[in-house]
Amino acid sequence: MDMIKLTIDNREVEVPKGTTILKAAQTIGINIPTLCHFELEGLGVHNKPGSCRICVVEVAGRRNLAPACITEVMPDMVVKTNSMRVINARRTVLELMLSDHPNDCLQCAKNGRCELQKLAIRFGIRQNPYVGGEQSNYQIEVSPSIIRDMNKCVMCRRCETMCNEMQTVGALSAIERGFPAVVSTAFNQHLEDSPCSFCGQCVAVCPVGALTEVDHTPKILRAIMDEKKKTVVQVAPAVRVALGEEFGMKPGTIVTGKMVTALKMLGFDYVFDTDWSADLTIMEEGTELIGRLTKFLNGDKDVKLPILTSCCPAWVNFFEHHFPEMKELPSTAKSPQQMFGAIAKSYFAEKIGISREDMISVSVMPCLAKKYECSRDEFKVNGNPDVDYSISTRELASMIKQANIDLAQLPESEFDSPLGESTGAAVIFGTTGGVIEAAVRTAYEVITKKSLPKIDFEELRGLEGIRSATIDVDGLKLNIGIAHGLKNARKLLEDIKAGKCNFHAIEIMACPGGCIDGAGQPLHHGNSDIIKARWEAIYRADKEMPIRKSHENPSIQAIYKEYLGEPCGHKSHELLHTHYFDRQTVVEVGSDK
Amino acid sequence: MEKIKSLADLKKKREQLQSMVGLRENGDNAENLVQVKVAMATCGIASGAKQTMEAIIEECKNQNVKAVVTQTGCMGYCYAEPTVEVKKPGSDPIVFGHVDVQKANDLVNKYILTGEILEGVIPVNYEKIENK
Amino acid sequence: MANYKYHILLCGGTGCTASESPKIKANFESILAEKNLTDDVQVVATGCFGFCEKGPIVKILPDNTFYTQVKPEDCREIVDEHIIKGRKVQRLLYENPEDKEHISDSKHMGFYKKQMRIALRNCGFIDPENIDEYIARDGYKALASVLEQNDPMATIDVMKKSGLRGRGGAGFPTGLKWELCRKNEADQKYMICNADEGDPGAFMDRSILEGDPHTLIEAMAIGGFCIGATKGLVYIRAEYPLAIHRLQVALGQAREYGLLGDNIFGTDFSFDIELRYGAGAFVCGEETALIHSMEGKRGEPTFKPPFPAQEGYLKKPSNVNNVETFANVPVIINKGWEWFSSIGTEKSKGTKVFALAGQINNVGLIEVPMGITLREVIYEIGGGIKGGKKFKAVQTGGPSGGCLTEKFLDTPIDYDNLIAAGSMMGSGGMIVMDETSCMVSVAKFYLDFTVEESCGKCTPCRIGNKRLYELLDKITKGQGTMDDLDQLKNLSRVIKDTALCGLGQTSPNPVLSTIDNFWDEYVAHVKDKKCPAGQCKALKQYVIDPEKCKGCTACARNCPVGAIKGTVKMPHEINQEICIKCGTCIEKCKFNAISII
Repeated sequence: MDMIKLTIDNREVEVPKGTTILKAAQTIGINIPTLCHFELEGLGVHNKPGSCRICVVEVAGRRNLAPACITEVMPDMVVKTNSMRVINARRTVLELMLSDHPNDCLQCAKNGRCELQKLAIRFGIRQNPYVGGEQSNYQIEVSPSIIRDMNKCVMCRRCETMCNEMQTVGALSAIERGFPAVVSTAFNQHLEDSPCSFCGQCVAVCPVGALTEVDHTPKILRAIMDEKKKTVVQVAPAVRVALGEEFGMKPGTIVTGKMVTALKMLGFDYVFDTDWSADLTIMEEGTELIGRLTKFLNGDKDVKLPILTSCCPAWVNFFEHHFPEMKELPSTAKSPQQMFGAIAKSYFAEKIGISREDMISVSVMPCLAKKYECSRDEFKVNGNPDVDYSISTRELASMIKQANIDLAQLPESEFDSPLGESTGAAVIFGTTGGVIEAAVRTAYEVITKKSLPKIDFEELRGLEGIRSATIDVDGLKLNIGIAHGLKNARKLLEDIKAGKCNFHAIEIMACPGGCIDGAGQPLHHGNSDIIKARWEAIYRADKEMPIRKSHENPSIQAIYKEYLGEPCGHKSHELLHTHYFDRQTVVEVGSDK
Repeated sequence: MEKIKSLADLKKKREQLQSMVGLRENGDNAENLVQVKVAMATCGIASGAKQTMEAIIEECKNQNVKAVVTQTGCMGYCYAEPTVEVKKPGSDPIVFGHVDVQKANDLVNKYILTGEILEGVIPVNYEKIENK
Repeated sequence: MANYKYHILLCGGTGCTASESPKIKANFESILAEKNLTDDVQVVATGCFGFCEKGPIVKILPDNTFYTQVKPEDCREIVDEHIIKGRKVQRLLYENPEDKEHISDSKHMGFYKKQMRIALRNCGFIDPENIDEYIARDGYKALASVLEQNDPMATIDVMKKSGLRGRGGAGFPTGLKWELCRKNEADQKYMICNADEGDPGAFMDRSILEGDPHTLIEAMAIGGFCIGATKGLVYIRAEYPLAIHRLQVALGQAREYGLLGDNIFGTDFSFDIELRYGAGAFVCGEETALIHSMEGKRGEPTFKPPFPAQEGYLKKPSNVNNVETFANVPVIINKGWEWFSSIGTEKSKGTKVFALAGQINNVGLIEVPMGITLREVIYEIGGGIKGGKKFKAVQTGGPSGGCLTEKFLDTPIDYDNLIAAGSMMGSGGMIVMDETSCMVSVAKFYLDFTVEESCGKCTPCRIGNKRLYELLDKITKGQGTMDDLDQLKNLSRVIKDTALCGLGQTSPNPVLSTIDNFWDEYVAHVKDKKCPAGQCKALKQYVIDPEKCKGCTACARNCPVGAIKGTVKMPHEINQEICIKCGTCIEKCKFNAISII
């Protein structure tokens, strides 16, 4: 590799050719401040518009200051990151940004986690030299998942990069020019009328409080206090490997038992596990896969293959908007959240003898699209939703903190019965490749009637955007595809459309890395090591489970026996399956352009 | 239309055309036609060059003046649009500024027919590169 | 009916008028009448000859005799000698300072002509919608010879040696640009013409497109051949319908003649040109923004590198030149680089087209050799300041440029001198201001433009320019403080230092150059709350002179906001808090009792 020698702040440094000044400086402990620059290494996310100009540095011989985040090093370059010229410029740019930013930090959802606030602290900004200047004035928009307050937008364009390059959703882009320029939807339409998938990756990367999630915690507090209501909570697999971060624990710490204790302390009447309904999903989706495969192998030409997973609500929104012509391909199985809600408000409500109206069903999700999902009309009975409120990992952490609970010091407890028992197959739903691995574990044993020689399907794991593997199911070659990040999903869907695809089943997760990097998780601020730690924790949690195949979950076996009958049977169809809609908007974004 | 396939083709074509177009430039040519060019860039048209051109054509017809009236691009005299260049046989071209319809008629009746120069002559004060 | 044998043309420009040309005209007329020659000789006043230093000028037709520094008393001699006897008055002929030779025929006085038309050589000469006229004037000859020579590097070398620099503003050497693009291998490259002329008041590109579209086609084909592109794209403003029409007609004709399309001139070289329409965003003149706009994306610049020569239109190597740059190319090929590089200054060769505007007599499009002084442009070609007012400043380079004062009037105009003087060449807008222009308002005007035209991508341009504008606005309203002036300076420098693209990096130039050259004017607005030029409305005060006021009540009755109070037959008074400075009272006052201070 070509190495380049240069001087930064009078210190010599040698870095590979192509390195930016920013990264070269980091190698010798000089942290040049940045704002718009955002990178998730290893996950293909890179926002580098070079537009905020916070990172400017002085390069000898250059007329103006250079943005460190995109300027590549040159041999014998002499860089100053802290000259008075640079510091003055940086402060001025920061003051400019703050001069068009609402001064409501104390009430802001990002208070304390805001990257602009951190810069203001670092530079000791004490006053606004531009008092009386015009302020941006956009309407605040509230959708079922996301709140957009563009008065706080700093035009870093991270959300735009996520929405267009990573997700190819095309809902957000810069509109207007000059001072009124802002990131918004086409024609400023409401997010719900746009092709938005509610994946929330825009929220996950927003450095300020311009994009935040809808907060349901006050409503949940009221529901818990209401003695007439029974509150039922479910927690998604990826939450347990990330919640600890909010309490200063090391990324990748598994806090399942402590979390259950905390939820009980908060006053939820029943603390259940989405892992339970994930096992249920495998039973339904796996059976559907086996059904379609069998038909296919018997020569049925009309059978819809490959089967696509349907547990990720952002992904469901995505294909409804962008590939409605393929809406027969995904499994009709509801997502684990909605299966849980449907069972809680039918089977479980009957069991404890209350009406569904008297039950408040809450989900804790690593996801913002789940908020939108539970508000969909098809998941309501007489207007009463199967899941009343979906909150993010961050919102749960906030509730726990408000209740003076230090999660790290809590003893561990078990989930309540019967909707709390689960298997290792359910835990791995929390990361890319997990759902399909869980399905294969079950399908293999159901098809072959033999016990799996090896439970871990390493070939299905990893963080590359698109992966594929062929699983030998006792002679039957099962071609599996996996994609995470909607850009990668789009590629696979286009291959399917073009007939270039021989997969039997494909798992798709909207967020890069799957649910572990969902938009409801604690903010990673661009540190992909955090995501990798969560990823490892998921597989650790799987290994620690006594049962690791969904169909072996005794509680699942029991509900089929006493309530549902058989997978994909009549009752199952009624409660656990759904259908999809054509929601294509007029403007379709280009695929790869 | 025949395509120009080589440099030789182009040269031949140019010579043919030059004898035709050249009469607009060389005053010594014994050709009898009056050459009128109306500056018809956006600025000229905005100031009424279209009407000016129509008026010149019309008045030439009325007065039985044999003239070739063509459009051309901007002559650069924005302060005096519409501008018209008139070249009478045997004399140098003269550029007139502010040629409205009335002045267009005068141009035909006075300058072209009697040689009386109208007000608003714009002296050409630039060098042509052909001379270099 | 008159049948004139002679015409006496008399310069009616401001300079000559000041030096008695009306009297000369009257003298000629009376002498001619006296001699009964009015039917044989016509005396006509003309526009400015552009030779004011030797004025008043008298030109006799048909023999093109050019008399300089004519005095009223010379008229009789001219009539007696020249008109009657046919003998030229030697002592009034222009004397060549080099060989002291008298030159009589103005056709041989090329050197006095300040303008030289290279890019505009065909504008106003040919019918732009007739390819034959272009061919007759050496059109497509350069392309033919380049293709016949079949050595792109040799042609690039000619361009490099000619010293031609980009006429769009930044002045990057054209030959070098082509060479850089040529070096990047690719299956497809693009030759792009930037016809998105956006500077306020600039229209040289439009004039070339409208007057000589074939020169662009020919030059783009030559450039395409040099860099290895088979496709040309013209990014043209949709607000230029006539230019678009003429270009389309020209493209059609060129294709018919086989000058575009496959195997041009029977060679292997194929080239064609398509149009792309721009919506007139100023920032799209920046080449990366232009390329994004052509791709259908948001028109905003991106960081360079990668340069368009590496990754341009559709990620393919692309070369962007402006219309005027292209218009020079065929001439350089035809007349040779030696000829071209003999014109201009050491580092700026050839000519530059300027759109002359503002408080100047001969508003228009001019083309001058590099190295000409502002004084020559303003006073000789431009005919001086309107209404005989005093020159104050000239703004070059459009919103990215700066204001130059009297002390720069004798600086030779070229890329580097203008930058050294705190302005820039830009695309060629030149706005002349007289003593009645308020320089703070001028800076505010340009900032208003850049605020409007900023794409909004980078912070310094999006918010910084807005804040600059607000500071200027505050100052023109008399609300500024000395701290605001410090702020103005600091902010301007930081924006220059940190903005992403050329637009932002140059947008504070009008502020900085007016601060440098007219600091007193800024201070007057802030400290004295006065606008020395009397332009800033908020700083005007209408006052009634109690001595002159008769108490007729006309002002009070007509004041739209009731700001004037007073009793009948007693002096009235204007309440400054209420007054909106509309000026109605001044119009209504019959006693000249109201004045502006």
